[in-house]
Amino acid sequence: MALIEVRNLVKHFPVRGGVLNRVVGRVHAVNGVSFDVQRGETVGVVGESGCGKSTLGKTIIRLTDPTAGSIKYDGREITTLGHSAMMPIRRKMQIIFQDPYSSLNPRLTVRSLLREAIRFHDVVPPGETDDYIAELIKTVGMRPDAADKFPHEFSGGQRQRLGIARALSVKPEFIVADEPVSALDVSIQAQVLNLMMDLKEKFGLTLVFISHDLKVIEHFCDRVLVMYLGHVVESLPTTDLHTRARHPYTRALLGANPIDDPNDRRPLTVLQGDVPSPFSPPPGCPFQTRCPRVMDRCRSEMPVLVQRGGGESLGAEAERVACWAVEADERSGVTSAAR
Amino acid sequence: MRTGGERVRASRDSGPILSVRNLVTRFRTDRGIVTAVDDVSFDLTPGETLGIVGESGCGKTVTSKSIMRLLPEHVAQYGEQSQVLYKGLNLLKASESEMRRVRGDGIAMIFQEPMTSLNPVFTVGWQLDEALKYHTNLNKRERRDRIIEMLRLVEIPNPEKRIGEYPHQLSGGMRQRVMIAIALCCEPDVLIADEPTTALDVTIQAQILDLMNGLKERLNTAIILITHDLGVVAQVCDRVQVMYAGRVIESAPVGEVFHNPQHPYTRGLLDSIPKQGGKQKGARLPAIAGIVPSLWELPPGCRFQERCKHKQQQCVDQEPALVEVDGHARRCHFPLGQTLATLTVGAQ
Repeated sequence: MALIEVRNLVKHFPVRGGVLNRVVGRVHAVNGVSFDVQRGETVGVVGESGCGKSTLGKTIIRLTDPTAGSIKYDGREITTLGHSAMMPIRRKMQIIFQDPYSSLNPRLTVRSLLREAIRFHDVVPPGETDDYIAELIKTVGMRPDAADKFPHEFSGGQRQRLGIARALSVKPEFIVADEPVSALDVSIQAQVLNLMMDLKEKFGLTLVFISHDLKVIEHFCDRVLVMYLGHVVESLPTTDLHTRARHPYTRALLGANPIDDPNDRRPLTVLQGDVPSPFSPPPGCPFQTRCPRVMDRCRSEMPVLVQRGGGESLGAEAERVACWAVEADERSGVTSAAR
Repeated sequence: MRTGGERVRASRDSGPILSVRNLVTRFRTDRGIVTAVDDVSFDLTPGETLGIVGESGCGKTVTSKSIMRLLPEHVAQYGEQSQVLYKGLNLLKASESEMRRVRGDGIAMIFQEPMTSLNPVFTVGWQLDEALKYHTNLNKRERRDRIIEMLRLVEIPNPEKRIGEYPHQLSGGMRQRVMIAIALCCEPDVLIADEPTTALDVTIQAQILDLMNGLKERLNTAIILITHDLGVVAQVCDRVQVMYAGRVIESAPVGEVFHNPQHPYTRGLLDSIPKQGGKQKGARLPAIAGIVPSLWELPPGCRFQERCKHKQQQCVDQEPALVEVDGHARRCHFPLGQTLATLTVGAQ
């Protein structure tokens, strides 16, 4: 059974404006997203700014409440659980934020900010808290004297290690990592990715890894969900990404990523057209304004996320794509991914 | 473009358009004087794209701002021997009025954050017009035509309408394109682009890079591209300088840097990027240990020694000099992939 089951998840944010501060519109941040995360799996979520990937991450661990849809954790419906019923589950689900500069309380020493959650959830007996904190700090590869320093005394990479230590402190099963390495320099990014890979092994973690960087996702994740304007447009195993990705947006993302080899220079895929406003997405496919393969049907009818070759599985191996052009290819027997 | 072609061809024959010689930039701070850029030299020829690569604090942005003399003069000092030569003029010693003529007209700059570098209270058209008013003799109608032409060149749809809009009405990618239009409207000889695409999504980045490449071909502009993104460097640069803690540690043609890096730091940077196509999926990345040293507490000898896998006693005792062999310069006592023979030649 999947550890996380998300079905038709919707999150809209009201937009207020005018003199009376009335709701004048809604931002469709997440618009009917369904997927499973198997125990021990690492699922990547990729997409550009404003596609709803961070909102999705926060909604599945209920840092914000969904507008509609359901979230199951370990088979249990958690979408509408109250504050106290949610508490034991919160301990199992943690998040690592993007910005290591603003996600740690600047007034607390590392020891006190780690202690807070450990004591609240009573992770270890009170007498063992200090030893446990020392061990945590060692686990994330920092020196023991870090415990009595304040967050501002650390560099970005070290702060991100502290963010990871805080997430791990309550012994979670499931972690949402929201752009954990995006704010870091390349050499530090590699260190933090290595650390996360080690910890995932060591603690048998299940992860949802949100990033805008396809290279990082390919390296770290088993499967990737590609998001565009609140919709998952494609989902497939990362090993097959380059060869089997079919959605024109996924192909554009792959083609726009500069290859780090000067002997392999090629024109980057350049999309024409502008991203539609998330307040008033056009009817039909959200990608229609920039899609090189747009057809009449795309302008009126929202494509459905369907599994290639039929079937209903949301499992790890399934390749799902929401695109009328791809559907037309399938019907006419075109199977080659590269276009 | 009007005169771009002839002007550039003339300057191509006369060698480099911009020469930076032994640039040293120091800052006076509360903690004493700190040297942010230490002995940087390079030549830039028309039509060439030079990449300056390095991590936060390595001095790449200070280098570009020193060239443009945009650093606050009461805290920034330049070395005695330092020169930035543009058309025979040493910009570091130039007067403010001489600098005003060079900025925008001769050398233009694109900054990382398009939202903060555009003035929010003026329209896009006004901001483009400002540069033209100062640097050209065109009348109002001609300037307006020119502005529309420039906006069309950077592929902004509907430019007649856009010139009356304010920066907040544009998307991030469009703002960056407006910045490029402002930088290019006087047809500068040199364009300095400081992380021009870092704040943008990859599909928008592709548009901007495509645009910069096109402009380079059309106007033969020389470009200094400052970035930490090695993929971008691989795709657009001709030469690359890698900087570390204020020093240039490697400088070579782009192919050499990627396929024959000689400094262990360059090698480490290349290894730190996850490979495309998940070729090493799930494997540990060969990361560089440790962090960049603070400029106040630089280690003795080589600045990279504390993080270097190949460190020897000599690296602690003596800072290596920047040694050039066959157009490939590196600052390392024990460069990678070098036989003993070439080492001795290099030392002479």
